Amino acid sequence: MENKEKKELTEKEAIDLLHELNEDMLPKKFGIIGNAWTTLLFIIFITGIYCYTNQIRNGLSITGMRDFVFWGIYISNFVFFVAISLVGSLITAVLYLLKVEWRAPLSRISEVIAVSAIVFAGLIIIVDMGRPDRMVNMALHGRIQSPIIWDVMVVSTYMTLSFLLLYFPLLPGIAFCRDRLKGIPKWQHKMYQILSLGWKYSPEQYAIVRKAITILSVIIIPVALCIHTVTSWLFASTYRPGWDSTNFGAYFVSGAFLVGSGGVVAGMYILRKFNPSYKKYLTDMHFDKMGKLLALLALVYAYFSINEYLIPAYKMKGEEASHLNELFTGYYAPMFWSVQFFGMILPIIVLLFNKGRKPLPMFIMAIFVIVGAWFKRYLIVIPSMSFLPVQEIPEEWKHYSPTFQEWAITGGSLAGALLLITLFVRFFPIISVWEVAEEKGVSHDIIYEHLHEGNEK
Amino acid sequence: MENEDNKADRRKFLKFGVLAAGLTVAGGGLQKVLSEEKDSGKKVKVLTTDGQVVEVDDAHLKAIHSHCKPATPAESREGIPGKKFVMVIDLSRCAHELKCQHTCQKYHHLSGMNVWLKVFKMQEGENTAPYWMPKPCMHCDKPPCVKVCPVSATFKREDGIVLVDNTRCIGCRFCMAACPYSTRSFNWEEPEYLHETVGKEYSPETGFPQKKGTVEKCDFCPDMLKQGKLPHCVTACPNGVFFMGDLNEDTVSNGSETVRFSKLMKEKGGYRLNEILGTEPSVYYLPPVKRLFPFQDVKISEANEHQKERKSTK
Repeated sequence: MENKEKKELTEKEAIDLLHELNEDMLPKKFGIIGNAWTTLLFIIFITGIYCYTNQIRNGLSITGMRDFVFWGIYISNFVFFVAISLVGSLITAVLYLLKVEWRAPLSRISEVIAVSAIVFAGLIIIVDMGRPDRMVNMALHGRIQSPIIWDVMVVSTYMTLSFLLLYFPLLPGIAFCRDRLKGIPKWQHKMYQILSLGWKYSPEQYAIVRKAITILSVIIIPVALCIHTVTSWLFASTYRPGWDSTNFGAYFVSGAFLVGSGGVVAGMYILRKFNPSYKKYLTDMHFDKMGKLLALLALVYAYFSINEYLIPAYKMKGEEASHLNELFTGYYAPMFWSVQFFGMILPIIVLLFNKGRKPLPMFIMAIFVIVGAWFKRYLIVIPSMSFLPVQEIPEEWKHYSPTFQEWAITGGSLAGALLLITLFVRFFPIISVWEVAEEKGVSHDIIYEHLHEGNEK
Repeated sequence: MENEDNKADRRKFLKFGVLAAGLTVAGGGLQKVLSEEKDSGKKVKVLTTDGQVVEVDDAHLKAIHSHCKPATPAESREGIPGKKFVMVIDLSRCAHELKCQHTCQKYHHLSGMNVWLKVFKMQEGENTAPYWMPKPCMHCDKPPCVKVCPVSATFKREDGIVLVDNTRCIGCRFCMAACPYSTRSFNWEEPEYLHETVGKEYSPETGFPQKKGTVEKCDFCPDMLKQGKLPHCVTACPNGVFFMGDLNEDTVSNGSETVRFSKLMKEKGGYRLNEILGTEPSVYYLPPVKRLFPFQDVKISEANEHQKERKSTK
């Protein structure tokens, strides 16, 4: 409906719309629920850090990992973080370059998810290292032949690009907070002052930002494909059944887009819930479009999943067979089938219906997709280590179950990422005013001239 | 314990002559030098370094161990020039006595549950006969572990030996994921027997002292090979299961028999594990045919018992 009104905006209407947007997007103080949520995340995060100090002291023996299953939830959680961070490139870059207009209010949400996820991906992989104190060895003795070095390079590149892709379009927003937010603590004002880089709303500055976004959008797409493909190669470059697959890159990337879009949908719903003025910008239309996108991505993921599981299952080759039997009918079967059903099949079915693409059912499907994706990565990482000769090792090493401290550290990292997102929402406009104004048909000239104005001038 | 050590030394000394044919003597080892004791009247024939047999009085001889300085991590990367070490494991002789494993644990001062040399009960299919299979590191010519190591902490030397430098390892465990033979162990906690190795200088050629948060594995005992001696598992095995030697010289020895490698392969049908993977292991197996011992099943957890005993006597 909004699309129809577009070209008919008069100058007055356009300016009013801009003012209204500006007011709505000013970050506001949290209510009780917001503060409770932040505190909860902070406590979980601190608990994780405390347990990590234990791990530094006592070694990785505080985890459930041993020689037999030597990679655990740290690694599967790392894969999860890398996966969900891919959505930044999908919504901000791919949809931007395709000139999909409804993506404007979603781009910053997806970019915040991307940045915080990739930051914690980097941190959790350090947590998994036996000797984090020797990280510098990767620079001193790095071997380009090792997929780990490729991963370090692409993840840090992606982190930088994602950060810039979040930061550049945010500059006018920060400047607006600097100029318009009254009655805020001194440090907060100072923060806006520094971060806004002397933004003065000039057309030249906008032109530079626009150009930067286009360049970054083009660059970030191949890098995004690289991060998750290389992450899949950490597994696919070994001989282990379940990992030894040429399908892994595409399989990982398709799953990543799915979980990331799920993350954006969940974010949209929660933002609407706690700030009703966002409803004007995150409309049912946006949920409908995201629902269709999510259904498409789930179908693509289903396609690669079929390739990944059914063809090896058709052959049932020795070791591969014992791995698949564990997944299909064995120890991991309940988790495997729930993840397939709730994380992929059910969302496809629900999202095919108009009623399924309303905010609430979408939110529920998004949560299924996200939780399913986390456990899916558990199923990708852990069972592949449980087939080799199980002899001469203590009974307790044969089955991996994460210890409490391991859960606490992993939970801490998830809470940390959510905390970053939450703090961002608290201090910065989560929807890009000028991009949404453009989407709604406000001309560039009006934006340049009036973006810095609020209602209360 | 003391007696056993002496016996082992004597056995090693006796085998030394045999070995000298197959392996280079790179200095060190057990030497006898003249001491200033009074004559005992008992004469002993010895061979001098320039090949002459001379007779000296027994009392003038004194056994000393020449301690080779352990190779530094940088030196350990070199390897012994001109060598290509191979191991042959004769499955028809293994009776699962685990002497190889115990001596390996002892000489490498391995702590905790980390066992470098495992002996698996193998049974390929439902109707095939079970047998015991000792499994050291395969020291592959195309080692997947070396390929994936991000910091070159694990490396292959020019003599074909694959080692780990635990002063460089970052503990990512990618090598453990890559190894199709599962030969690697990780130090999940602070190693328990550090006191045995206190003050000892670390060398990738001996693998101790172990370090928390690093990977380790069977090293083919390059410190022994350097001295022209056989690895500990080879000399410890009472049944002569293990043969060690140089592919370039086409000779392998288990201490009492020294044989042509190619002939052994030809006559006994030698093979390597998982040849299909293309890793080209340096460990060859001889099939369990015409066995010296009937297969007797024992509880596989003996290695753990051994470890627990060590823990309790500490």
